[in-house]
Amino acid sequence: MNAIDKFLKQDGTALSLRQKRLDILGSNIANAATPHFKARDIDFASAFKSATGGGDLTTTSALHIDVGGSTDTTEVKYRVPVSPSLDGNTVELHVEQLQFAENATHYEATLQFLNGRIQTLRSALKGE
Amino acid sequence: MAAQQVRLNTVASNLANVMAISGNAETVYKPIKPVFETQYSNMQGNSGIATVDTVGIEASNAPPEKRFEPNHPLADKDGYIYAPPIDQNAEMVDMLETSRQYQNNIEVLSTAKTLMLKTISVGK
Repeated sequence: MNAIDKFLKQDGTALSLRQKRLDILGSNIANAATPHFKARDIDFASAFKSATGGGDLTTTSALHIDVGGSTDTTEVKYRVPVSPSLDGNTVELHVEQLQFAENATHYEATLQFLNGRIQTLRSALKGE
Repeated sequence: MAAQQVRLNTVASNLANVMAISGNAETVYKPIKPVFETQYSNMQGNSGIATVDTVGIEASNAPPEKRFEPNHPLADKDGYIYAPPIDQNAEMVDMLETSRQYQNNIEVLSTAKTLMLKTISVGK
């Protein structure tokens, strides 16, 4: 069971991070007209690294406890606007739309990877 | 989206009352604007997930436009009529911006829905 878990975990973590980013970018777009709202985002690469491998901490012995594995502690950062608007809102729709589209595509890609892994498992189980 | 809908309604109200002329400065129509506020999700502390809500609708304090038209049936005893201080161009810009942002929200919603549906059928 542990082997299967490990086999699928990476894609699962990636998927949940993508989902989180989707929510955040959706929030930014929803708040495009709210004065003083600051657009936020997560750095997927570093968030994924810390969620899967514990960031800079690595396990060198089998007795070490793995520190990674949670996407709840992901750091949500603030976006630096290209040209901030006068009302203190830092949402730039073109930026958000681009990031959202990129994130949605990556989400779908991750889903396909996950599907591929599941297919692999299935064919291994069937042994046909 | 509800907030943008409220905003669209206020724009419509303002535009509808552009010609609402009054014979006294107190009763003339005052342009209204919604007040938006970010509503953070309280499920996870500092998650950055938030929606927007209208916390109120404010009437503008701008003084009405005073025009000297003694022949107007609504003119006061000095011959003045009062028109609401509505900038039609600004309202039109507001309307366009609102509809764009509404569209954006719908797009986000439909993308999220498509992704969720694909996630449900994972492994099939």
